[in-house]
Amino acid sequence: MKHIISLLMENEAGALSRVAGLFSARAYNIESLTVAPTEDATLSRMTIVTSGSEEVIEQIIKQLNKLVDVVKVLDLNDGRFIERELMLVKVKATGVFRDEMKRMCDIFRGRIIDVADGSYTIELTGSGSKLDAFLEALDNTAILETVRTGASGIGRGDRILKV
Amino acid sequence: MEDRTNQITGAEIVIRCLQEENVKFLFGYPGGAVLNIYDAIFKQDKFKHVLVRHEQAAVHAADAFSRATGDVGVALVTSGPGATNAITGIATAYMDSIPLVVISGQVPTPAIGMDAFQEVDMVGVTRPCVKHNFLIKDIKDIATTMKKAFYIASTGRPGPVVVDIPKDITAQFAEFEYPKSVEMRSYNPILKGHSGQIKKALKLMLEAKRPMIYSGGGAVLGDCSDELVKLTRRLGFPITNTLMGLGGYPATDKQFVGMPGMHGTYEANMSMQNCDVLIAIGSRFDDRVIGNTEHFYNKDRTIIHIDIDPSSISKRVKVDVPIVGHVQSVLTEMNELLDGEFKALTENKPDAGALKAWWKQIEEWRSKDCLSYTQSDEVIKPQFVIEKLWEVTKGEAFVTSDVGQHQMWAAQYYKFDKPRRWLNSGGLGTMGVGLPYAMGAQLAFPDAQVACVTGEGSIQMNIQELSTCKQFHLPIKVILLNNRYLGMVRQWQQFFYGNRYSESYMDSLPDFVKLAESYGHVGMLIEKPSDVESALKHAFSPELKERFVFMNFLTDPKENVFPMVPNGKGLSEMILSEEL
Repeated sequence: MKHIISLLMENEAGALSRVAGLFSARAYNIESLTVAPTEDATLSRMTIVTSGSEEVIEQIIKQLNKLVDVVKVLDLNDGRFIERELMLVKVKATGVFRDEMKRMCDIFRGRIIDVADGSYTIELTGSGSKLDAFLEALDNTAILETVRTGASGIGRGDRILKV
Repeated sequence: MEDRTNQITGAEIVIRCLQEENVKFLFGYPGGAVLNIYDAIFKQDKFKHVLVRHEQAAVHAADAFSRATGDVGVALVTSGPGATNAITGIATAYMDSIPLVVISGQVPTPAIGMDAFQEVDMVGVTRPCVKHNFLIKDIKDIATTMKKAFYIASTGRPGPVVVDIPKDITAQFAEFEYPKSVEMRSYNPILKGHSGQIKKALKLMLEAKRPMIYSGGGAVLGDCSDELVKLTRRLGFPITNTLMGLGGYPATDKQFVGMPGMHGTYEANMSMQNCDVLIAIGSRFDDRVIGNTEHFYNKDRTIIHIDIDPSSISKRVKVDVPIVGHVQSVLTEMNELLDGEFKALTENKPDAGALKAWWKQIEEWRSKDCLSYTQSDEVIKPQFVIEKLWEVTKGEAFVTSDVGQHQMWAAQYYKFDKPRRWLNSGGLGTMGVGLPYAMGAQLAFPDAQVACVTGEGSIQMNIQELSTCKQFHLPIKVILLNNRYLGMVRQWQQFFYGNRYSESYMDSLPDFVKLAESYGHVGMLIEKPSDVESALKHAFSPELKERFVFMNFLTDPKENVFPMVPNGKGLSEMILSEEL
């Protein structure tokens, strides 16, 4: 099953490679990984999307906690949470595609952020599955380029991951 | 000119940190990137530097010093090849959770990333085999980083920590102040076990009909032997010690059923498989210990697991009652409960009748005498050498081994009654540790008997240390079980590869007696079974007490290690002897 794991770690050189290295060394799946400093510049917040059996996820959490630089780990799937991902898609916008792309973009509540003679660049945020759905809805031959950030997640209400 | 009152160099700061940590021995090898540090070593006399002949041996010796004493071992190597030579030593310590601080020199800060001479990304290379590592970028960070390194290495589940220091930083000047303590928001090891879990476990133990205690390296590293003995004797349970846990419980005690696992005793493996409550203490259900997990699950049992590392729990085997905590603290609490709150419960528990029946079953298994072997008048049996070694040293020696058949025989036939006396590479299985391990143990205990049980394959992997042993007058006794084969490889080839002995014969061996003598040591060649005991007595006699003795025992080349649980098989699927 897919899990979104959030963690806070010391914002130090090499911290990212410790996490990435752990996943490759122990053959854990890693679907996406995003990391950036928090409001406290000494801390980085990382969101990892992974999948595995309950036993594997339990081991992943334990192994992450064992890393000396990791301050806190939270499996967002243990409670209610919000997941968001940003995607930029460059699509063909010529002939019939020009109106079609505008329409699809509106349906998915995306924004066209760059307009060129032959293409649009669409910005879309949402859960990973929404972004997948958008790509599926498009004519495959119309997609010129996609960039996705990978998921970020946050707990709902008073579920707060903070030091 | 800048005011340097009260300032010392970065190199001197490193040395002062080691002195503050009461380091007794620094094992190392000099080179370009650590010249400043070596200059600072030259000017001090608080600790002794031990010059090895290869960086791998420096780390192994520091590792052994730690295994034997419980203190943090410390090694110093230069950048590049010095650092990469240290990797095997670091990985060996990591797999067995040995606290080490390894200081490596690095090229000067501006040269990092420039593919400079003798540059290697030490922090990157060691990341998968250290507990933690640091690259120091500012002279002001040296003292706090060193303090953290010793703290991280020695607390929680111990392990090696690498501190990489660029050369320019060791030449700069700064004031020195060693922090008294260290606090890290990201690192707070749990010490005390959860009381509710401890009580739950103890109740299960008292209710057990077929209990079994299985203690490992964690019990040795956690120095809980006294508590373990008290608990085990009080409950009357059978106990097994893993390869890493030998000596945690006295092997000559009647409740000890031997080592479990691939080359464990029949009674230990059968008890592990057939018990109803298994109490794992500082052990990790390693594949060499419990074999095939599916087969292990064939029998129902309740598992209690005490370990300081949460990630060790339910890793290979699902555990019913996990207790995360320091083994010493948890066992102390269990003993106190038995004397106090649980006293009433212990009046008719554990069930004496059930326990008696369980012991009867175990004695039946034990009566198979699985470690018996056929003695010969013609050729020396390796098992016989270890038995005699145990007798001659009265079971009191520090015994180190390399990896292979000789390691298993030493573990099976030398009955360790005390912890920290048996030094071997259990996790990584590193050939070549034996001699440097003996160096570390002998330096830690100069008056103790130290025996290095080895094979002719393993000993050649760090043979250069014969020179270090000469320089530091280390009176180690090498027990070479020379069967002219990479014995364990040969055994597997015989059993599983149709007797195709691919590259397992050791040809062109040196004359080990002459080799030892050329380093100024005593060499002995022992070819007949009847000479084994007298040779060992001579080697350990007062006459040779101050001498390094290299004993080359020509042993039976066809001897195999039994019992054996073949790879991938279950614990009760043992091969007991050649005949079966």
